[in-house]
Amino acid sequence: MSRLEKLFQQKKERVLNVYCTAGFPELSSTLQVMQSLQANGADIIELGMPYSDPLADGPVIQESSGKALHNGMTIEVLFQQLQSLRPSIHIPVILMGYMNPVLQYGFEKFCADAAAVGVDGLILPDLPQYEFETEYGSIIKKFGLDFIFLVTPETSEERIKQLDELSTGFLYAVSSSSTTGKDKDFTAVEKYLQRLQSMQLKNPVLVGFGIKDKSTFEAACRHANGAIIGSAFIQAIEPSSDVVQTTKTFLEKILS
Amino acid sequence: MMITKEMKEMAFTSPNEQGYYGKFGGAYIPEMLHRNVEELRLNYLNIMYEASFQKEFQQLLKDYVGRPTPLFLAERLSKTFNTQIYLKREDLNHTGAHKINNAIGQVLLAQRLGKKRIIAETGAGQHGVATATVCALKGIECVVYMGEKDIERQAPNVARMKMLGAKVVPATSGSKTLKDATNEAIRAWINDPLDTHYIIGSVVGPHPYPDMVARFQSVISEETRWQLKEKTGSELPTHVIACVGGGSNAAGAFYHFLEEKEVQLVAVEAAGHGISSGLSAATTQLGKPGVLHGSKSLVMQTEDGQVVEPHSISAGLDYPGIGPLHAHLFESGRGLFLSATDEEALDAAFELSKLEGIIPALESAHALSALKQIQFKESDVVVLCLSGRGDKDLATYMNELERRG
Ligand SMILES: Cc1ncc(COP(=O)(O)O)c(C=O)c1O
Repeated sequence: MSRLEKLFQQKKERVLNVYCTAGFPELSSTLQVMQSLQANGADIIELGMPYSDPLADGPVIQESSGKALHNGMTIEVLFQQLQSLRPSIHIPVILMGYMNPVLQYGFEKFCADAAAVGVDGLILPDLPQYEFETEYGSIIKKFGLDFIFLVTPETSEERIKQLDELSTGFLYAVSSSSTTGKDKDFTAVEKYLQRLQSMQLKNPVLVGFGIKDKSTFEAACRHANGAIIGSAFIQAIEPSSDVVQTTKTFLEKILS
Repeated sequence: MMITKEMKEMAFTSPNEQGYYGKFGGAYIPEMLHRNVEELRLNYLNIMYEASFQKEFQQLLKDYVGRPTPLFLAERLSKTFNTQIYLKREDLNHTGAHKINNAIGQVLLAQRLGKKRIIAETGAGQHGVATATVCALKGIECVVYMGEKDIERQAPNVARMKMLGAKVVPATSGSKTLKDATNEAIRAWINDPLDTHYIIGSVVGPHPYPDMVARFQSVISEETRWQLKEKTGSELPTHVIACVGGGSNAAGAFYHFLEEKEVQLVAVEAAGHGISSGLSAATTQLGKPGVLHGSKSLVMQTEDGQVVEPHSISAGLDYPGIGPLHAHLFESGRGLFLSATDEEALDAAFELSKLEGIIPALESAHALSALKQIQFKESDVVVLCLSGRGDKDLATYMNELERRG
């Protein structure tokens, strides 16, 4: 049973997934931030692999990616850092990134190395369904990695079912069609989440994009298994000299 | 020759169902774009070949744009290279470049899809101006994303867009050029997906954009064929030469010759300061297979797969990618890919101005510069796509004149 599966078996509500950019704010802070997230109540860590042209991301994650690249983060460096991921980090870890750097690294080698260091799953928002089904999905499966598709309020019911069928681990519900870090009117989002809830999906659902504080986290959790916080966390640790303490304070506020 | 839906099945003129030309193409987009791109994919061919669409499109190309554009035998230039060179005068289109062919097509298509608002990216500003122009004509709101660096070096086009009522939004990330303007336009579309259509200005982006833009630009080679027949007795030239940024004027100039294997297709990229100078935009020379702006193609990138910031004196060619059709032409050997440096392009611009009384755009000057690199026979018939006029580049030309003394 995968770590994600185990997690959702034990915890069906208020699952908190926190996104952080690898190599941000310092090249060496990746594991420190992860340790602190685990120690302070995060259930899943979504580790962003920085990319020069992150199309689905707003300014905050773009900037953190730029900074991480400037710090010298690469996929190769990341896998070196993650050599000591397990067992000290015992919660599920997902890598999020874009196709180009992964293709350049070599898709199969990437999956092999990710699995070898103990990564649990992948989110590649610009890997399309067709290419997943015909080419990449089988490689991902071969290395026992989960793959998480995104759905949005614009995704048709039929397509949601297909993407749910192809996903393992969980399904990522983008709260509204937008890049990361945008403010949302949450009442409009609720209807969509209720619709997802009523669809009897195979996977647990986590809501992302626009989750930034306790109240948006609570709102998301009312109609889903949990939520993903990204830009707000990046913003919180950006100016800080003590990422461990800042992470603690940030999570305490969300989970209080 | 009218292009038809059936041309879908041909090897170079059309990608397969998933948008692939050989191994390049596809639609590598985040789910947030799926609905809009899928809507386009399912409808573009049907809409484009509707009688009422074609009637309006052809009428505007004729009466508003001024098509057909002349095919001009450039005698003094021909003499210089000891061959016959015909210039396809896309510079004489309304707004001064080939970009308006596509802008009209996509605005008409957007209207038929019920869209109320248009966004676009632009490099040299020609696509932005063309889009702003057609939006003004149709009374549609228009927002153009343009790199901060390009806003500076193509100031006349920024002024034109403002005059036309478009909003110009500076892209301040990355190299602040065409790549970043495209990123911003795509993000803007993600954030405003319902009533907005995104008009991509070249044969790049997710399927169906490369095919759709190539089809709208194919009017260039459609006209070239009958014009050549009139002038030479044969529809086929020996060479067709065009510059390639993303590759839309080249795709249009090549389109009806793609399956005519005896026609040598020559694509000219921007070498910047030189291929190995680190300041270049010659994608086929420097790029590797990768994914940029929603399609798999050749991409200039680091070992680690980060997209490289390119360089060209020409804002329209200053792009680290190339359309998937062109990647396929390159890889299959169907196209010959050359490049010209900043300096060589400037030389060619001065040369054409003095020999023929035509001031070319810096982009088109790259195509002209390739004339020096090919050994022509006297009997050859060379068609060169003069994609745009040089008014927007006068400041650069004047600085260079001063520098050269
Ligand atoms: C006059 C002219 N030619 C060529 C280009 C390059 O675009 P493409 O390669 O799509 O023709 C541009 C782009 O701005 C342009 O303005």
